[in-house]
Amino acid sequence: MVATTDWQKSAYIAGQAADARVNVELETEGMTLNLGPQHPATHGTLRIVVRLDGEQVVWAEPVAGYMHRGYEKLCEVRTYPQVTTLVNRIDWLGHFANEVPFILAAENLMGIEAPPRAQWIRTIFFEMARIANITLFLGDMGVQLGAITPIFFAFRDREHVLNLMEAATGGRFHPNYDRIGGLKEDLPRGWVEECKAAMKKMRGFCDEIEDLLMGNEIFQKRTRGIGVIPPAVGLEYGLSGANIRASGVDWDIRRDEPSPLAYKECDWKVWTHPDGDSFARYWVRLQETREATKIVDQLLESLPAGSIQAKVPRIIKVPAGESWVHTENPLGEMGYYVVSKGGLGPFRVKIRTPSFNNVSITPWLLRGVYVPDVITILASLYFILGDIDR
Amino acid sequence: MSRLSSAADPEDAPHAPTGEAGDEVVDPVRSQLLADLRQHMGPAVLDSEVAGGDLWVRIDRSAWSKAADVLRNSMGMDYFCFLSGLDWMVNPDLSGEKVWDPDGGVSIDGGDDEAAAADAVVEDTGGGIKTGVAGGSTRFQVFARVFSTTAKVGITLKADLDERDPRTGSWVGVYRGADWHEREAWEMYGFEFDGHPGLRHMYLPGEFEGHPLRKDFPLLAREVKPWPGLVDVEAMPGEEAAPDGADEGADA
Repeated sequence: MVATTDWQKSAYIAGQAADARVNVELETEGMTLNLGPQHPATHGTLRIVVRLDGEQVVWAEPVAGYMHRGYEKLCEVRTYPQVTTLVNRIDWLGHFANEVPFILAAENLMGIEAPPRAQWIRTIFFEMARIANITLFLGDMGVQLGAITPIFFAFRDREHVLNLMEAATGGRFHPNYDRIGGLKEDLPRGWVEECKAAMKKMRGFCDEIEDLLMGNEIFQKRTRGIGVIPPAVGLEYGLSGANIRASGVDWDIRRDEPSPLAYKECDWKVWTHPDGDSFARYWVRLQETREATKIVDQLLESLPAGSIQAKVPRIIKVPAGESWVHTENPLGEMGYYVVSKGGLGPFRVKIRTPSFNNVSITPWLLRGVYVPDVITILASLYFILGDIDR
Repeated sequence: MSRLSSAADPEDAPHAPTGEAGDEVVDPVRSQLLADLRQHMGPAVLDSEVAGGDLWVRIDRSAWSKAADVLRNSMGMDYFCFLSGLDWMVNPDLSGEKVWDPDGGVSIDGGDDEAAAADAVVEDTGGGIKTGVAGGSTRFQVFARVFSTTAKVGITLKADLDERDPRTGSWVGVYRGADWHEREAWEMYGFEFDGHPGLRHMYLPGEFEGHPLRKDFPLLAREVKPWPGLVDVEAMPGEEAAPDGADEGADA
């Protein structure tokens, strides 16, 4: 474990000294523990094999593949418009956000751009997917640490967002709403006002959860200094999103890279935290949810009128070429490398999902921690199994 | 996100030297990056392309590991994005088995230029290989992407692999995150990475045979039942085939 701040350094040294004393007194035989495949901390079915020495992890090895659906292969036998149905199901809590980078990659190759209204609505739904996704994390992290109440608040308040998604797209979890060159439909009447009210409620939820959970002493004791990721190691493993911002890396694709989405039209902030521990990851995600509601509010205010669909042929053929488009998804950097040979469907799609890299750090990160902290660390890394296995 | 339209038509892609940006807007940041890489790697840089706000470099497979080292330690590419494989086989020979061909059997755009171009690709290689941006001469390519979180610029690397023995050096010593990605490429494409601590199955059961993402690996779901989605892209009843006009609802 490597500490990043002075506070953590002293805590780490004290912890090591205490461990050494205990280990001399209680010498135990090693044992192997299978965590999962069905454990609530895994958001799906991930098995983690941990070798224990007493209460401490000697090594840990995640075993993925229980939900492998072969989307990269399936994409090769679909047409471009059909692919969005598949990719909705990669990160099922961030549903709409999965569609956007793929559609942008296809538009990129075709050399078309959706009209402003469509870009605005895309960005609004992108951020709403983020809110719906991270809301659940904010509650779920409590459950992993023994606080049951927050998850009920999270499920209750997430419905505000999901109801709005359903009203506009017809689907709570699988909207399939993004189209090459625009969107499926325009927003229903009265939606904008309801959305503003919902964003206010979500900010209320953030305040509530901050009082209820983050200020809690037990929560802080269980998360501070647990699972510290130094920025250089995190980047080497390809950690992205809130996980790397919690290690002090100021990098957000929404802000840092040119994009047809409407982020440059709003005033918002990218939050980072210097500690790199489980608490920092929770804190950064909480701030991100607040910022996302602000982005949605501002975009609703400035929503332009006009068409939601650019002119595209009814049968979509994408010219030959290669395109890499990535976006800042709720879980981190998601990107599609699309290779087209000029046909109706992609020749090859490489789907780069954030959770795959975020989880690949666990063998390094779990070494030497205690069993209850394994759960804390897994919960704080926040992965979705569909996003690892694809 | 970077908006990168690879203007690379397969016909003229393989030899697009640096500096000769053609009608593309010259990209000083990426051109500089490429010049730096050439300086470090020398003749191992085989081909490159700067287009649409992105940079592709194809390097010799013997220098694959060295490239990672140079990128991370000399050029500030601190973030490992992904590593995967490409199979450029166009007409897989499945010994009589029929895979669904997204362009076959659909009588649209008969005289369309794009369709003709796509056909030409198939013809002039005679069922062989036609690689993409930054060229290539073999069926298999390993490709990876790294990114600099300080300069906010990324680079896509490719390397040709031998078809009989797709083997190259591992990146694990430089980017630890490459571990799982190389296991995946090994499982899905059969690539070997020298120096990897243990190439094991990532997703599939241990006794699984074959490499599913290779083009000549049949998708069994299509063997059992033809894909009904084919119906969706046919002309609507009573409608002229291939309307060039823009209806809304791309897949209505």
